[in-house]
Amino acid sequence: MRFEAPTTVSAAVKLLAAKAGARVLAGGTDLLVQMRTDRVAPDLIVDVKRIPALRTITAKAGAFRIGAAVAGAELGEHKALRKAWPGVVEAANLIGSHQIQSRATLAGNLCNASPAADSVPALVAAGASAVIAGPRGKRTVPVESVGTGPGKTSLKRGEMVEAILLPKHPPRSGDAYLRFIPRSEMDIAVVGVGVSLTLDTKGVCTAARVALGAVAERVILVPDAAKALIGSTVDAKALERLAAATSAACRPIDDKRGTKEFRTRVAGVLARRAAEIALKRARGN
Amino acid sequence: MSKVQVSTTINGDAVSYLCEVDETLLDVLRDRLGLTGSKEGCGTGDCGACTVTLDGRIVCSCLVLGAEAEGREIRTVEGIANGDKLHPLQEKFLEFAALQCGICTPGFLVSAKALLDHNPNPTESEIRFGLAGNLCRCTGYDKIVRAVQAAAAEMRKG
Repeated sequence: MRFEAPTTVSAAVKLLAAKAGARVLAGGTDLLVQMRTDRVAPDLIVDVKRIPALRTITAKAGAFRIGAAVAGAELGEHKALRKAWPGVVEAANLIGSHQIQSRATLAGNLCNASPAADSVPALVAAGASAVIAGPRGKRTVPVESVGTGPGKTSLKRGEMVEAILLPKHPPRSGDAYLRFIPRSEMDIAVVGVGVSLTLDTKGVCTAARVALGAVAERVILVPDAAKALIGSTVDAKALERLAAATSAACRPIDDKRGTKEFRTRVAGVLARRAAEIALKRARGN
Repeated sequence: MSKVQVSTTINGDAVSYLCEVDETLLDVLRDRLGLTGSKEGCGTGDCGACTVTLDGRIVCSCLVLGAEAEGREIRTVEGIANGDKLHPLQEKFLEFAALQCGICTPGFLVSAKALLDHNPNPTESEIRFGLAGNLCRCTGYDKIVRAVQAAAAEMRKG
């Protein structure tokens, strides 16, 4: 096992491409647990936290670029980001304790590819994309195309996520993320729902995105749930249709955290509640 | 496995060590540097007994590689007292009997100090949320919260 801490993305990519058993170390909150429990035994660990561009959040014309090694606590401290995308920041800040927040990253949460990842449904709802650097250059993909199944991603050998991009927030937009856990803090989502929506000047919803966590083999975008909101004033009837469309999209497993029936029903309830929060935020923007 | 040479700062002192690639900062502190104040509870970042600060932020040292500490600034429970003079948090933990078996105490002290450095006058709720990454199976937390409140009051007096 070897440890490298390159200072440029191209050096990191070169290292990752050269070794099949290489792993990226960002916050380490998943990787170190997996190493300790013998689920992974990397030949090479590439610590990406020494790459300056990966440590910063940059805002440009209302859009944000979040470096892959930016920790959750830093997202929470970034006022403009919190104001523009409160749902994304809240979802990221739900992950673990303050200790975990000092380290855990959005890119790490995305690439760990847990179907129950908290920040991913919020990112998908926000229309975020991931900048992926690799031996053949860079490509930018929608966040929802990164995770393909539990612990599996569409990243090829030598590739790494360099940044997460959040688009400019249109006027009268709001986002929210809610999850169900049986305790008040620090648990893994039984269901997670991210909602983002935009209103016109008359209060009619013109655009929406709804994404679900922990109810499929990966985080899923649910266009039918968004359709339930678009064209409505997000009234009680639209929220009912949203809940039904959300539940209909669930294909969960039974496990110790919840049954299929429970997850399916709760997803609809949370979608409604998250949409209500997003609506309130959209009206305030 | 080739070892990694690391130079870092711990409790204000320059420190160098050699460690294995997969060796955690917690193991380095305890087994190589003799700083056994930080404890291993779960080893997976859930319990907070190994809490230290890394560049001013609290982290679970069981989830940090020793190799990552190069050039960073680490503070452990050993650095909280000023020589023989205990920190107000340590005084109040004793006075309020905010510990029983003591395994969680170093982590609580490091987290509580970080909390008070950031917020000198926290509410009870802020203390409970601020210390939510530290588990105690003895005290029921109440005495810990009271000790932190009392230490905060004392520190505000200056």
